[in-house]
Amino acid sequence: MTDQTPSGTLPGDLPARPPRRLGRRGTVQLVMLALLLVLPVAADLLGHPYYVTLASRLTLIAMAAVGLNLALGYGGMVSFGHAAYFGLGGYVAGIGAYHAFDATAFMGMFPGSDNLLVLWPIAMLACGLLALLIGAVSLRTSGVYFIMITLAFAQMVYYFANSWPTYGGQDGLPIYIRNQLPGLDTQDPLTFFLICFAGLVLAMALTSRLMGSRFGAALTMARLNDTRLATAGITPYPVRLVSFVISAMITGLAGALYADLNGFVSPSMLSWHMSGELMVIVILGGVGRLYGPLAGAVLYISMETLLGGLTEYWQLFLGLTLLGVVLFARHGVMGWLAGREPHG
Amino acid sequence: MAEAVLALEGLHKRFGALTATDDVSLTLRPGEIHALIGPNGAGKSTLIAQIAGSLRPDAGRILLGGEEITGLSVAARARRGLGRSFQVSSLAEPLPAIRNVMIGVQAQAGHSFRFWKPAERDPRLIEPALAALARMGLAHRAWTPVAELSHGERRALEVACALAMKPRALLLDEPMAGLGPEGSARLTELLESLRLEVPILLIEHDMQAVFRLAERISVLVAGRVIAHGDGDTIRRDPQVRDAYLGE
Ligand SMILES: Nc1ncnc2c1ncn2[C@@H]1O[C@H](COP(=O)(O)OP(=O)(O)O)[C@@H](O)[C@H]1O
Ligand SMILES: [Mg+2]
Repeated sequence: MTDQTPSGTLPGDLPARPPRRLGRRGTVQLVMLALLLVLPVAADLLGHPYYVTLASRLTLIAMAAVGLNLALGYGGMVSFGHAAYFGLGGYVAGIGAYHAFDATAFMGMFPGSDNLLVLWPIAMLACGLLALLIGAVSLRTSGVYFIMITLAFAQMVYYFANSWPTYGGQDGLPIYIRNQLPGLDTQDPLTFFLICFAGLVLAMALTSRLMGSRFGAALTMARLNDTRLATAGITPYPVRLVSFVISAMITGLAGALYADLNGFVSPSMLSWHMSGELMVIVILGGVGRLYGPLAGAVLYISMETLLGGLTEYWQLFLGLTLLGVVLFARHGVMGWLAGREPHG
Repeated sequence: MAEAVLALEGLHKRFGALTATDDVSLTLRPGEIHALIGPNGAGKSTLIAQIAGSLRPDAGRILLGGEEITGLSVAARARRGLGRSFQVSSLAEPLPAIRNVMIGVQAQAGHSFRFWKPAERDPRLIEPALAALARMGLAHRAWTPVAELSHGERRALEVACALAMKPRALLLDEPMAGLGPEGSARLTELLESLRLEVPILLIEHDMQAVFRLAERISVLVAGRVIAHGDGDTIRRDPQVRDAYLGE
């Protein structure tokens, strides 16, 4: 038996494990992040706030997709209802600002707030609870049924927002003054971009850490082979549910920031188009890859901005690109740029 | 006689008009390999599925270490010490072999809701997993993706996955299927070495392996145990020769 065991099985000197290097993948990822940070700073210095705001939008869409990627990519749960969390996060920011502006109270009980340090945790909490509810029901099903049930729940939230006149109903709710972060000028486009950038990087770091942990190992196994997971002694359902909740909280935080970026929140943030857009971005970028959502968002926003200016049928090209990715580049843009993931 | 590690009491299972398990009672004692043989379609895999919890019996009880587990989920039974291998390998193909084994170690430790510390290089997971792999002669393949393993290596890996859970009883469903004589002989030897560590309920078609390994043999035909005893008793049983050994 000892002849089978590679030498050096002591902790810290683990056997036969391929060493880690930055490599092509690491380089591509580093360059992507660096560009995302440097270009908006340059645009700001050159006096083009439009591009700074565009970069903020891209960053937040990517962050929302990072949330979805945890469920869809890493967990194999094809949620077609993540707009519910994106929009709910947005409405928390909007409703908080509305009551702070009016000096009234939410449902006659809770005073408004324009402090982001208050709004963000509330947005995440609200999205976490909603996802707990939706996930607890939806995760009893799988496959097409799961897709349809998550969609159905999101549509319920959408119609609810549409028909609640206090917060603008279908007209939406303006945020007259961007919510505040103590010590920073959130009105400044570059400052706000840097907040968004920090949010994206944190969400990605959290995902990376999570997926490397024991929980991540269980979630990976739930996606690849849930029979193996259960046979090993871990019930798949709670593992999926917890990751679904975390996923929704990330997307919800992105939504809160997105409402502040636009100074506006409306049911369109909750619509199934939004859910679809996030799915498309995750798939374009590379399902279950850490930088996939960012790559997907770059491609999506680029096409929307460049082609959208030329033709209103730009989504036709988006569709063709998606088709190409699904048929020929199963690992998405990141797979194409950076090669395959080592495993998992 | 030592108390049975695993006991089945009057199990029944029907699929529509088909009776797949017909009043099956049997035990697995410490230190023994108990073989379950029978023709294809006899209901052997169905029986394993009921013991492991992926199928509910219509009637009867299952006891592990004297405690009833009949109503428990697959995962709960596994945590109580029931290890299983499948007739058709069920592994996570893209992952390295060791990650398939580590998940069992992790489940055993009961720490799957830890979100922060890296697991992939955690020696508390890796070392027991490597030990289980080494037990099955697979230590040198630890970091090879399952998809690149040979059929024989996968069969052994499934057993390693079960071993890593420190099981009180092992259920192996045709572990030698498709191995060829050499692979069968090798796996037979490995199972032989496990006997004192963990009792095994072994389903197997390879009669040479069965007669060599098993203290006791039960013969299942059309869901029913038609004969039961040691190797010689089974070899001589006219009913068994008729129904199964085909002599
Ligand atoms: N889920 C199921 N539904 C209906 N029939 C089944 C199911 N599983 C097994 N069977 C039938 O039960 C019988 C026993 O199957 P199985 O336990 O796989 O036999 P063995 O493992 O002994 O070859 C077979 O006739 C099979 O077709
Ligand atoms: Mg079978």
